Amino acid sequence: MSVEQISEIPVVVDMPDRPNRGEALRGVVRQALRIPDRALGWIVPVSGLLVWEFLARIGVLPPNGMPAPSVIASTIADLARSGELWQHMGITLLRIALGFTLGASAGIVLAALTGSFPLLRKLLDPFVQSLRNIPSMAWVPLFLLWLGIQESSKIGLIALGAFFPMYLNLLSGILNVDRKLVEVGLIYRLSGFQLIRRVILPAAFPAFVVGLRSGLGLAWMFVVAAEIMGASKGLGFLMVDGQQTGRASIILASVMLFAVFGKATDAIVQLLSKRWLRNRTEAA
Amino acid sequence: MSVQGRLEIQGLRKYFATDDGELSVLDGINLSIAPGEFLSIVGGSGCGKSTLLRIIAGLERDFQGSVRLGGSPITGPGLDRGYVFQEPRLFPWLTVEGNVGFGLEGRSDREELVRQHIDLVGLKGFERGFPHQLSGGMAQRAAIARALVGLPQVLLLDEPFGALDALTRIRMQQEVLRIWEAERTTVILVTHDIDEAVYLADRVVILSPRPGSIRRIVNVDLPRPRDRASHDFTQIRQRIYSEFFSREEALQPAYAI
Repeated sequence: MSVEQISEIPVVVDMPDRPNRGEALRGVVRQALRIPDRALGWIVPVSGLLVWEFLARIGVLPPNGMPAPSVIASTIADLARSGELWQHMGITLLRIALGFTLGASAGIVLAALTGSFPLLRKLLDPFVQSLRNIPSMAWVPLFLLWLGIQESSKIGLIALGAFFPMYLNLLSGILNVDRKLVEVGLIYRLSGFQLIRRVILPAAFPAFVVGLRSGLGLAWMFVVAAEIMGASKGLGFLMVDGQQTGRASIILASVMLFAVFGKATDAIVQLLSKRWLRNRTEAA
Repeated sequence: MSVQGRLEIQGLRKYFATDDGELSVLDGINLSIAPGEFLSIVGGSGCGKSTLLRIIAGLERDFQGSVRLGGSPITGPGLDRGYVFQEPRLFPWLTVEGNVGFGLEGRSDREELVRQHIDLVGLKGFERGFPHQLSGGMAQRAAIARALVGLPQVLLLDEPFGALDALTRIRMQQEVLRIWEAERTTVILVTHDIDEAVYLADRVVILSPRPGSIRRIVNVDLPRPRDRASHDFTQIRQRIYSEFFSREEALQPAYAI
């Protein structure tokens, strides 16, 4: 969004003797090609795919290491036809849904508590902040040991991934609520729970949405880690399977599916947040 | 005269504890404000005029002396006092309606009072608008409606028009007069604009700084609406002006410039 805004700024200032030439030229080119701004983002990936396809077809890229996009597409189609694809996707999405819900909820509850009670924050926040610095992969053996190799360890790991961004963003959102708005609440004799419910939480809502989005991003990261570590189903398992059977097209197919689903879920949250924050151009 | 609704301030002293000891903000403030009176408090920045208003609002509880409204001491905020800040401070997630009715949640007369006060400040038709859609003047009107909606005995205005442009400010001053005449609440206006103080108030309290204390109280016995260009008006304004920029002070600056 900001990039679009910047590109709209005319370049007149720097070249007073040749006003608007660059801008005018660019306008003409764009008009001629009739490319809307949003379509510009597609140019690079689409032409990249075309070049990739071409290089693979003429044999520059090794077929067993870097198969053509069309081969990957037909691999995905085969998986879909045999029904395998839906099984793997279904279980991955289920893990994401459960883990994310669990982790994000825990983050919300803890942030609301530590954000509201200074004593609790002093007790807990340094500890949580220090846990945050542990690399995600370091948890894997521990989770396997504690929760076994079944679903619970995977969901636990995803929950952990979703927890931190949610907690950190919401807490800082709560702590940064404008004192001036809190004072308005005090004028109307709000205190304790009422003040939290009617002023602090609504004011921290934009931070909550940011936490939601980055939590979801990390959930996708952690599901890959969890499924690579040990699973018999799921998109992550599909990647390991492709690697062990030497089929690059399967690995690449899973990578693409991850990209598509990750982007899709993020787009859903983004759309929701746009609707939620529609009236929240914070100016007053 | 009835004691009902009279605001009595006696021997008020307020200080903040700092590393270098006490920093006295207000000292020896005695004021008696009649119900329905329009009082202006003027003073330079740092003279404690906002602190005085915050004490009356109940936002500052740590002070010495007595502050009583209608006979009972002020111990905290209450619906009997409405407060308008320098900025509108509307909640960005609520509509104009939601903001105005904020303090009345759960009351059965909420809808009626909100409607009345939105009408009163001239925001009819903007009930469902959000704060970011309002101009500065409109947002401040909404804030005034929010302060009045609980039918307070005292309306506290803390430099409410300081952030508005000159033309909007004059319009808002006329609006406040109209609202005051309609509602007959006591109004205490803190401002650094002498012209504004004289235009609106029955009495102008001049505060001098460090520590904030009452230097003089000037009665403004002029009929309303007042003509800012009239002889009497400019005379009173001049008198207040000279309290701030008197010759003696000009000749003997308190500190080197």
